[in-house]
Amino acid sequence: MTALLVALGAAVGAPLRYLADRAVQDRFGARFPWGTLTVNVAGSLLLGFLLGLPLPPAAGALLGTGLCGALTTYSTSSYETLSLATAGRFRPAVANAFLGVAAAVAAAALGHLAATALPWP
Amino acid sequence: MGERVSEPEQRRVDPDVDLAVPADRAELPAHPAAVLAAVSAGGVLGALARAGLSAALPHDPTGFPWPTFAVNLSGCLLIGVLMAVLAKRANPPVLARPFLGVGVLGGYTTFATHAVEARQLASDGAATTALAYLAATLAGALLAVWVGYAATDRLTPSVSGTGAGQRRVRR
Repeated sequence: MTALLVALGAAVGAPLRYLADRAVQDRFGARFPWGTLTVNVAGSLLLGFLLGLPLPPAAGALLGTGLCGALTTYSTSSYETLSLATAGRFRPAVANAFLGVAAAVAAAALGHLAATALPWP
Repeated sequence: MGERVSEPEQRRVDPDVDLAVPADRAELPAHPAAVLAAVSAGGVLGALARAGLSAALPHDPTGFPWPTFAVNLSGCLLIGVLMAVLAKRANPPVLARPFLGVGVLGGYTTFATHAVEARQLASDGAATTALAYLAATLAGALLAVWVGYAATDRLTPSVSGTGAGQRRVRR
C-alpha cells in the first residue's frame, strides 16, 4: 500500500518537474539553471510544510516520499553545477551549488514554521 | 576530459531538459504523451528504489542521514554515466534521457528530503551534523557526477568520429 502511494506521488512529481523546468526556462532562459533551482526550492518548502503537520503515514508516502521526492532532484542540480564549471563559468557554478542548498534549507525551515504556526484544532 | 568530449558538457547545462538544445526543445511538442509517460514511469521506478533503500537502511533520526546520502551520491554517479553514454551516441533513443535521466534518476535522488533532514537535525540541536551533511552531500555529489562522466567517457568508444549527439548541441 505504501509503495503504491509512493508510486502515485512520483508519477505526478517527475513530469511536474519536467514541465516546470521547461516553463521557467521559457520565461528566464537556459543560461542559468533556474528551472531546477525553482522546483528544488518549491519541493523543499512543500515537504517542510507537510512534515510540520500532523499527517498520517499514508499522506507522507504519497505527498512526501512520492510527490516531493520525485519533484526535486539532486542529480540534475549536481550535473548542472559541474556543467557550468567545466564550461569555465565558475561564478554561476558556485552560485548554483550554494544558492540551491541554502534556499532549499531555508524553504524547508519556512514551510515547517508555517505549518507549526497554523492554529490546528 | 579532452576538448572534444567536453563539448556537450559546455553546451548543455540542464540534463533534464535544456531549451538551448534544439532536440530538447522539440521533444515535447513532437511527442507530448510519450515524453511525459516516460518521465512519469521512470520517476515511479526511481522513487520506489529510493523508498526501498531508505526502508532497508534505517538510520538514527538524530544521526547522519546515511540512506538519503547514499541515494543522492549513487544517483549522481549514474547521471554522469548516463550523460556521457548519451553524448557518445550519434542518435540516442529519443526517450532515453526523459526516461532514465529525468524520470529514474530524477525520481531516485531528492533535494527536498535532504533539505528537511538538515533542518530537522539543526532544530534537534545537531547543527554540526546538519552542516556536515549538507557539505558532504554537495561535495560528494559533484565528485560522483564527475567520476561517473569522466570514467564513462574514457571507457566508452565513440559511435562515430563526431557524433550527431555533439553537433546537435552546437549553435
